Amino acid sequence: MATTNEYTPSTATGRLANFVDTRVGASTIVKEFGRKIFPDHWSFMFGEVALYTFVLLLLSGTFLTFFFDPSMAHVVYEGSYVPLKGIGMSTAMASTLDISFDVRGGLFMRQVHHWSALLFVASLSVHMLRVFFTGAFRRPRELNWVVGGVLLIMGLAAGFTGYSLPDDLLSGNGLRIIDGVMKALPVVGTYLSMFFFGGEFPGEHVIPRLYSLHIMIVPAVIILLLVIHLFMVVTHKHTQYPGPGRTNDNVVGFPVGPVYAAKAGGFFFIVFGIVAFISGIFQINPVWNYGPYDPSPVSAGTQPDWYIGFVDGALRLMPGVLGDFSFVWNIPFPWGDNSLVLSVLLPALVPAGALFTVMFAWPWIERWVTKDNREHHLLDRPRNAPFRTAMGAAGVVFYCVMWAAASSDLIATHFHVALNDVTYWLRALFFVGPLVAFWLTRRICLSLQRKDREIVLHGREAGIIQMSPEGGFSEKHEEVDVYKRYLLTNFNDNQYIPAQPDAAGHISRKEKRRAKISKFFFEDRVAPVTPSELAAAKAAHGHHEVEGEKQDSIEK
Amino acid sequence: MKALSKKRRHPLAAVALLLFGLLITGSLYTAAGSISEAKAADTTTASQSDVDEGGKLFVANCATCHGMNAEGTNSGPSLIGVGAASVDFQVGTGRMPMQMQGPQAQAKPVQFTDEQISQLAAFVASLGAGPAIPDEESLDTTKGDAAHGGTVFRVNCAMCHNAAAAGGALTRGKFAPTLAGVSEKHIYEAMVTGPQNMPVFNDSNITPDEKRDVVTFLKTIEANGSAGGVALGSLGPVAEGLFVWTAGLGIIIAFTIWLTSRPS
Repeated sequence: MATTNEYTPSTATGRLANFVDTRVGASTIVKEFGRKIFPDHWSFMFGEVALYTFVLLLLSGTFLTFFFDPSMAHVVYEGSYVPLKGIGMSTAMASTLDISFDVRGGLFMRQVHHWSALLFVASLSVHMLRVFFTGAFRRPRELNWVVGGVLLIMGLAAGFTGYSLPDDLLSGNGLRIIDGVMKALPVVGTYLSMFFFGGEFPGEHVIPRLYSLHIMIVPAVIILLLVIHLFMVVTHKHTQYPGPGRTNDNVVGFPVGPVYAAKAGGFFFIVFGIVAFISGIFQINPVWNYGPYDPSPVSAGTQPDWYIGFVDGALRLMPGVLGDFSFVWNIPFPWGDNSLVLSVLLPALVPAGALFTVMFAWPWIERWVTKDNREHHLLDRPRNAPFRTAMGAAGVVFYCVMWAAASSDLIATHFHVALNDVTYWLRALFFVGPLVAFWLTRRICLSLQRKDREIVLHGREAGIIQMSPEGGFSEKHEEVDVYKRYLLTNFNDNQYIPAQPDAAGHISRKEKRRAKISKFFFEDRVAPVTPSELAAAKAAHGHHEVEGEKQDSIEK
Repeated sequence: MKALSKKRRHPLAAVALLLFGLLITGSLYTAAGSISEAKAADTTTASQSDVDEGGKLFVANCATCHGMNAEGTNSGPSLIGVGAASVDFQVGTGRMPMQMQGPQAQAKPVQFTDEQISQLAAFVASLGAGPAIPDEESLDTTKGDAAHGGTVFRVNCAMCHNAAAAGGALTRGKFAPTLAGVSEKHIYEAMVTGPQNMPVFNDSNITPDEKRDVVTFLKTIEANGSAGGVALGSLGPVAEGLFVWTAGLGIIIAFTIWLTSRPS
């Protein structure tokens, strides 16, 4: 910086700012980032909610680490909660009770931590659903979709490791299920379980180990992925909903500075306020009700937190035997029988595995079927991608059936139906539900698209009945304005692409399979209105045009 | 000893051994069984007129299902030997007379006065020995140990009634009801008589003192309320998840719409 015409600030603040700026180049960053444009839509804000609840988790979690003692050493509880006084328990449980009853503000902070954890995973999920149903994962954002998916899994990991820490009866039952799933793995299962628990379940090591994962490894991975995720959002620019003036090459919205910096900053405090309000009013995870963990009692109404519920539900739905057919297979080996407990392995691993595999692979599946490798910065309205919306709905129903199964006992008691019947119905829905959801959603999407066509071509029914001089009755139709028409007619129209021969003129088996899926997805489709169709429709209506034509002229 | 060993091949040796074994087993069983023996006779204070009145009430209200002599029919079990405690629980909580046949009798408004209930109980108790209605002493929660009661509850009761006593589902439409608002006496009677699908917890399984501890525990957590705020039904993570997806996300969405709908 030896230039002579260097800027010399005149005020003290200016000098300080200039000092920093000339050393770290902050103004370039602010200039770049501050002029970043973000489009405005309420559905774009769930990722932000996830980010803010994560910040809340870090803050409240740090507070909790000051008082929590992740040890499984045996102590006799002598704190102020009378119904547990004099009961033997682990130090982890005792310190959780101390946080709840003897640390000032401790119970509130525990509830803030737990409620924000539930909200964190919920907002992550809704954010992913928004990205999926609007097609925001398409090129160039496939990798960010994958990063987001891994973030979701890390969110589940953070949640589960945290849920287990207090060493209460409820979370101990959850760990016992994990132990059971591990032991169901053939050959290595027992060793794996012994390795994880440091001996026979429950042992004295698992809580400190989960604690290391929960407060160090998992949050570190989440922060790393979060940075990558946000960096890619900035690189890719934000997607936007279609509309007049919005193209694949621009972003219409407001800049970060000052609009979004203020909005997002304010929104952080709103989220903070909502979580604090909920935590102050509503009780969550009352470990003192559950009591200390002991492998013998299993309480009724034992469930994991909502985000693990679908795996628990799958386990509940799985029958142990089907008539005479047992799902436990004993495979003879030279050293004796090895059991393959499919009644545990199948439900614990397969549905979740299938769900996540399809989720991660979907951008590539869609690209392969549609042969659409273009960049997409304009989102799809869900109705304009019936195949994708239908697939998403099928996935959601598949998930929700398992999710509901995790509360089968509460459905039974609260709706006064038999537990067995709830299970039978949910088992049927597990297979039929996604198919019905796929079919129904696609029909609804296609109908909505037809309605859109109808509105563009014939206008909206104005509700005004006119009598002509000849005595005939007719209803006035109001033409949609050009902005609305733009939205209704401009969308990415995927069509069935028959199998294409390769360079050698050969149609590969894979290509035939692709064509089959493409036919299944795009055989039924509603094409967008073309200009000629619109002109023809106008001409047909034209001779009844009301005088004094304006932009929003009223047609019969 | 030598004389005894000489006779070991006697034809009747096996019979003698068998008899000896049976005698030992029998006496041991009697000794062990007497702990949980029904103590109906010594606590009965009912007069003959109560029994007679109870008999009339029984014939008028219960005999259709339980038979004229309480011997049981296809529609209802025999009541001989169920004891006064059983009647006091079933009739005193409104479960009997049963509203309708179903997986289990449900509680409903009580149909009889306290006097009538005690008369019915006296009548049924007169049919055969069974558990008596617990006395004041065994229900005195000031003498119970809530912490120990909690341990007993979690080991014996929580698998059906839920750790927070909020109730839970059983198979085929049966269920374990919530224990909130159930009187000390009825909790105790349920343990000794095992109504509906509940097992009997006799005095050798859970001692009378432990039963009092359980009652004390239940009354303590009921009186304590929920420390953390609204309990959401004490149903655990399902209620919490449902809450966060409806109210929690609902409020968030309302704010996102508000934030993005304002012109900046």
